[in-house]
Amino acid sequence: MSTRLAKGGRLIDRSTAQGFTFNGRHMKGFAGDTLAAALLANDQMLVGRSFKYHRPRGVVASGPEEPNALVNLGTAARLEPNQRATVTELFDGLEAASQNHWPSLDFDVGVLNNYAARMLPAGFYYKTFIHPRPFWKHMFEPVIRQSAGLGRAPKDRDADRYEQAYAHCDVLVIGGGIAGLQAALVAGRAGRRLWLIEQASHWGGRAPVDGLSINGQPADAWVAATVAELSSLPNVTLRLRCTGAGVYDHGYVLADERVADHTPGDGRPKHRLWRLRAGRIVTATGAIERPLSFAGNDIPGVMLAGAVRDFVVNFAVSPGDRTVVVTNNDDAYRTAIALKQAGLDVPVIVDARARADGVLPQAARAMGIRVETGRAIAKVKGGKRVTGVALCLQAGEGAVQEEVACDAVAMSGGWSPVVHLWSHCGGKLTWDDAQVCFRPDPAQPPITHDGSAMVIAAGAANGVLDEAGLLADATAAGAAAAGIAAPEAPGVDNPTAPATEPVWIMPQGAPVALRSKMWLDYQNDVKVSDVQLAAREGYESVEHTKRYTTLGMATDQGKLSNINGLAVLSQALNEAIPQVGTTTFRPPYTPVTLGALAGEARGEIFQPLRRTPIHGWHEDQGAYFEPVGLWRRPYCFPRAGESHEKAVHREILNVRQNVGLLDASTLGKIIVRGPDAGRFLDMLYTGVMSSLPVGKCRYGLMCNENGFLIDDGVVARIDDQTFLCHTTTGGADRIHAHMEDWLQCEWWDWQVFTANVTEQYAQVAVVGPKARALLEKLGGMDVSKEALPFMTFADGTLGGFPVRAYRISFSGELSYEIAVPASHGLAFWQACLAAGADLGLMPYGTEALHVLRAEKGFIMIGDETDGTVIPQDLGLGWAISKKKADYLGKRGQERSFLTDPDRWRLVGLETLDGSVIPDGAYAVDAGVNPNGQRNVQGRVTSTYFSPTLGRGIAMGLIRRGPERMGETVEFPKVGGGSVMARIVDPVFHDKDGEKQNV
Amino acid sequence: MLTLECPYCGVWAEETELTPGYEAHLKRSGPGSPDDAFESYMFARKNPKGAHFERWRHAYGCGKWFLAARCTATLEVFGTYPAQVSGPTPGIIAKIRARRPDWEPSE
Amino acid sequence: MSEPASALGHATFDGFASIREIGPLGMITLRARPDTPGLAQAVHRALGLEMPAVRRIVRQGDRAVGWMAPDEWLLILPYAQVGDTLDRLREALGAAHHLAVDVSDARAVFRIEGPKAAEVLMKLTPADLSALAPGELRRSRAAQVACAFWADEAGFTLVSFRSVAGYVMGLLGHSAQAGSALFPS
Repeated sequence: MSTRLAKGGRLIDRSTAQGFTFNGRHMKGFAGDTLAAALLANDQMLVGRSFKYHRPRGVVASGPEEPNALVNLGTAARLEPNQRATVTELFDGLEAASQNHWPSLDFDVGVLNNYAARMLPAGFYYKTFIHPRPFWKHMFEPVIRQSAGLGRAPKDRDADRYEQAYAHCDVLVIGGGIAGLQAALVAGRAGRRLWLIEQASHWGGRAPVDGLSINGQPADAWVAATVAELSSLPNVTLRLRCTGAGVYDHGYVLADERVADHTPGDGRPKHRLWRLRAGRIVTATGAIERPLSFAGNDIPGVMLAGAVRDFVVNFAVSPGDRTVVVTNNDDAYRTAIALKQAGLDVPVIVDARARADGVLPQAARAMGIRVETGRAIAKVKGGKRVTGVALCLQAGEGAVQEEVACDAVAMSGGWSPVVHLWSHCGGKLTWDDAQVCFRPDPAQPPITHDGSAMVIAAGAANGVLDEAGLLADATAAGAAAAGIAAPEAPGVDNPTAPATEPVWIMPQGAPVALRSKMWLDYQNDVKVSDVQLAAREGYESVEHTKRYTTLGMATDQGKLSNINGLAVLSQALNEAIPQVGTTTFRPPYTPVTLGALAGEARGEIFQPLRRTPIHGWHEDQGAYFEPVGLWRRPYCFPRAGESHEKAVHREILNVRQNVGLLDASTLGKIIVRGPDAGRFLDMLYTGVMSSLPVGKCRYGLMCNENGFLIDDGVVARIDDQTFLCHTTTGGADRIHAHMEDWLQCEWWDWQVFTANVTEQYAQVAVVGPKARALLEKLGGMDVSKEALPFMTFADGTLGGFPVRAYRISFSGELSYEIAVPASHGLAFWQACLAAGADLGLMPYGTEALHVLRAEKGFIMIGDETDGTVIPQDLGLGWAISKKKADYLGKRGQERSFLTDPDRWRLVGLETLDGSVIPDGAYAVDAGVNPNGQRNVQGRVTSTYFSPTLGRGIAMGLIRRGPERMGETVEFPKVGGGSVMARIVDPVFHDKDGEKQNV
Repeated sequence: MLTLECPYCGVWAEETELTPGYEAHLKRSGPGSPDDAFESYMFARKNPKGAHFERWRHAYGCGKWFLAARCTATLEVFGTYPAQVSGPTPGIIAKIRARRPDWEPSE
Repeated sequence: MSEPASALGHATFDGFASIREIGPLGMITLRARPDTPGLAQAVHRALGLEMPAVRRIVRQGDRAVGWMAPDEWLLILPYAQVGDTLDRLREALGAAHHLAVDVSDARAVFRIEGPKAAEVLMKLTPADLSALAPGELRRSRAAQVACAFWADEAGFTLVSFRSVAGYVMGLLGHSAQAGSALFPS
C-alpha cells in the first residue's frame, strides 16, 4: 500500500495539517503536498478511469506530464474539470472528485468496454459508425457523446477573476531548475532586464531530489543561495507557479501564473496571463521521463521511476512497501537507492540492458539490491493495484522465469528533453542516437525579427542529460542570451550519465497477447498493438497515425507517449526514428484555463460599449437598445405595457404628425481641410463636392475601387477650405481611415488634413411638422425657411447652447440636425424635451428611423448595399458625376458585368394583400437551376409595416426592376405560401418632397 | 505576434497596435485603363516565399501608414520605411541584400 | 448654457492605485506639416509653450502640448479658453495650410495615481512602461480601445475617446483592484 513515511519530505510542513476530500471521503495531508502526494499518502492508488476502456488509473508521474490523475476540483462556481493532481497544491478544504466513471470509481460499468477491447481497435469509430447514414445523427453520435469526455463542464458562472498583464525583458528564462537558475544568474549579473519563471511552487527542479552537489554545496543550498542573489538584483523578476505556455513570433511568450489556485477566495486574481516580450528566451525546461512498454504497464502502482523518487524525497510518500524498478538506463537506480534509504524494500532492479556498470548501478549493488540485467517484465499482475511482476528475458518472447511479489513498479524508459517551447515557433529537432532522444538542433533555432536565434535551450532541455556538462551548458546559454562571453561555470561534483539504451518493447519479441496490454497513451487507451495495426493498415506518417489512433491527443498532448509511439511506429515501418519524424508541438505547453485567456474581458467590459452623451437618459427611460457596431442605440422607447412594435408605430406617426427627437450622435463627422480638400473629396465621392457653396449641404456616395458602394452621407462646406463629411454610424472610423490611406499613400503631395470629430458633438435630430416651432421656442437663431433653407446649415445658439444647425432630412419631414458640444449634449436634449412638451414631442428610436426613411425610398448602407451593389443599381445615378475624369470606383464601375442591363436594381415593392414581405425573401423566377432550386430574379432589401400607409412596404433589388413597373413578382415564405408584390416606385410617401422643404 | 518599428514615431509596435494593409507598391489603375491592368491592380497579389513588401498602419499610435520588408518564410523584418514612395527604396533593398545577398526584386 | 459635463461625472475607484475621471479638459488637435513657417511661434503665442520633440509632451501648469504624429499635436488647456486659443492659433497661422479643431468634448481623461500606478497600465497596454522616457506621450491601446498616456510625479494621465469612457473606467477599476498588484511589496 502507498503511505506516508515517518520521516523526511523536503517540501512538506508536518506541523501544518490540511484536510481535504476525495469523492466525498475526508483525508489529511500537509502543507506543501500536491494533491497527488496527499492521495497516495492516504493509500488512494486508484484515481480515475481511462477514456475508452474505463481501465483503472493511478498516479503515474509527479509533474505536469501526468496523464491519469485528472480530477474535478472544487464545486459549483469554482468547479474546474481535468485538473492534474500532480501539480495541484493542497490547501485546507480542497474538494476533489474523480472523473469518467459511472456509477462509482471503484465499480464502473464502462469497464465493459475493456472486455470488448478486441472489438474496439484503432480507428473503431471510423470503421464502424459509417452505415447506415441516418443512424449517425440519431443513434451513434448521441451515444458516443454521452460516453465521451472526461470531466464535467462547469455550469455556474466562474466565481473567480482573472487578469492579463504585459511585461518586457531582455532575457526570459523559462524553468527554475539548476540550469535555469544558472542561466538566469549569468544574464542577471550582466545587468540584463531578466525574468525567470518556474511552473512549480519551488525552485531547483530535480537536482535536490537527485542528491546532486554543486561546487561543494548540496543542491538545495546552492539553489537557495542562487535564488537569494537573483532576488537581490533590481533588474531581475522571479515568478513561481508561472508556466511558459507558448512561444510566438518575435520573442512573444504567454505565461500562465497561477496566483491563487492554492488560496481560493483570498481576493487575488486566480490566474494571471502574462504577455511577455523578450529579446532572448532561454528554455531550461528540463526533461520528461518515458514509460516502458510492457504488459500491464497501466495498472495503478506502476509509476515513472523519477516520480517515485519525487514522492519519497519531496513528500515522504512511499507508493509501495516493495517496489520493483525496471529500466533501460542508470538514472532509475537513483530511485532504488532512494527507496532503500527510506527504509523500503526493492526486491529487484530489472535492467533490460546487457550490462549495468555505472556509478549508480554499482552503488545500488553495494547497498545489497539485487540487479538483473538483460531481463524484462513479462507482465504486471494485479487489477486495481499491482500485486507482482513476472520476469522474463528482454531478448525473448516473454516466457516467465520468475514471479516477484510487489505493490509498486518504478519504470524508466529514459528521458526526453522538453523541446516544446523550442519548437513552438519553428525550432527544429535532431535525433540523438547516443542518448536516445530528440534534442534541439542548434543550427535551426526559431528566429526573431532581426534573423537571430530567438530561443536558446539550456541544460537537459538542450539534450544535456549528462550532469557533468549541465551547468556549463546553462552558463553558455545565459551568456549567449545576455550577449556576453561565458564566465566560468560551476560544476556538479557527483555527476552521472544515464547511459540509456533503446528499449521500446519489453520483451523485444513480445507476442500480440502481451502487446495488446502495453499502454502507450494511458489517457486515450492507445496500445502498442494499435500503433502496429495502424502501420499495417498503411499509416506511414506519424501525423496520420496520431489522428487515427488518437495517440497523444489527450489533455496531456502525449508528453509520455509520443516518443514511445513514434519508436513503435518506426519499428513497425522498419525505418529509423528520425526518418519517421516527430509530430508538431503546438502551444500551450500545458492547458491554460479559459478564464485566463479571457482575462478582464467579461461582463461589463467584455467589449467596449460606446455610449453617446445622452445614453444615460435613454437607459433611464427604459429604452430598448440595439447594437450598431459597438454603439448601443435606442431601437424604440416603449411605454408601460406597450409592445416594441406598437412603440415604433407610435413614434413614426408622431414624427409625421407632430415632432420627434432622435439621438443621432453616432453619425460619423470628419473634418477635411486644405487647399486641395475639394479636389480630394471629388475623388472620394462619386459626385462633385468642390462646387458646393459655403454654408450648403450635399448628399454624397463613396465607393471602393471595385466600384461598390461603401458609405453615404451629407457633406457640409464650412468655409472655402473646410468641409465636414457625415458618414454612417458604422462608417466613421472606417471612412476616416480610408481617407487617411489615400492621403498618406497615394496623394501625399495634396494639401489636405482630416480630423475625426465624431465624438466632439452630440447630434440631435428634431424631425416633424412642428420641428421649427420647437427650435423657435428654444430661440437664439433664425431657423426660418428663408434663413435656413433645406440643405443648408448655420452656426448660432439655441436655448443658450452653441450649435450648428443642419437642414437635412432622412425622413421626408421638416427636419433639423443640431450639433452641440458633447459635454452639453444631455443638457441640450433635455432643453428640447422641455420646449417640446406641449408640441407633442416624443423621442424615437432607430426602428422608427428605418421605417421613416423606407417610406421615402431612402437607401440604408448595409440594407440596400452588401458590398456587391453599385450606386447605379440603386437609382442613384443623379449622385454620380458624368463629367469627372476620375473618382474612386469609376474604373471598377466600367466593367461589363456592372454595366449589364440585367443587373438587379432598386424598386419599391407593394404587397397585393397589404402584408409584410419576410426579411431577406427572394423573388422567384420561372424554372429551376442545376441544383433543382427555383431560379431567382431579385430579393428584398428593406421590408416594414408602414403605419403611415397602413400596409406592408418594401424595397428590393429586382432584375431590370425599374423597367418593370406594375409587374407582379412572387416571394415564397419559409414554411410555405408566397407573398405577391407589385413593382412600384420606391418613394411611397410624399413623392414630391413637399413636406421636407417647408 | 510580430513587432514592427514605426518609422515615423520610432515606437516598436506589436501587431495588435497595427492594422495590416497587404501588398505595398501597387500602382493605381484608373478610368480608361485596360482590363488586364485593372485586374492586376485590384486582384493579382504576389505571394512570394521570402522577402515581401507590405503596408501597415500604426493604427493604435501615430495613425500613419508605413511599409515593411519582411520575409514571409521566417518572419524576419528587413526594415520599415515611410509610405510616401512609389517603389522599394535603395535603402530597403540594401537591407534585404545584407541578409539575402541573392535576392532580386520581382516584377 | 449648462456647465460642461465630463463623460462619467468624475467617477472614482480606489484599489491598490486610485483612479479618477477628470475633465473635461480643453483640447485642440492641431495638424500642420512640421516645417510650416511660424508653427512654433503660433503655438507659443496660443499657449506659451515650446513645441515638443517626437513622442514627447511639454507641460506647464494646466497647459500642455503633446506630439501625436509627425503632423499632429494635441494642445491641452482649460476648457473655457479653447475658443479664444483657436482664434489666436488660426490668426497666427493665417494662410499656412493647417487644421486646428476643438476636440475637448470628444475625449475622456483619467488620472491613475499611487506608487503602483504603472502596474494598472501594465495590465492594459502592450507598451513597455518601464521604457517610457521622462516626458513621453505614448499612444497605444488600453485593452480593446485606443488611448494615449503620459507620466508625471504622481502617476499617469490617460486619454481615451469619450464614448468608451465607461469601458475604460471599467478596465482601470478591474486592473486596480486591491490584492491584484503585479509586484506586491
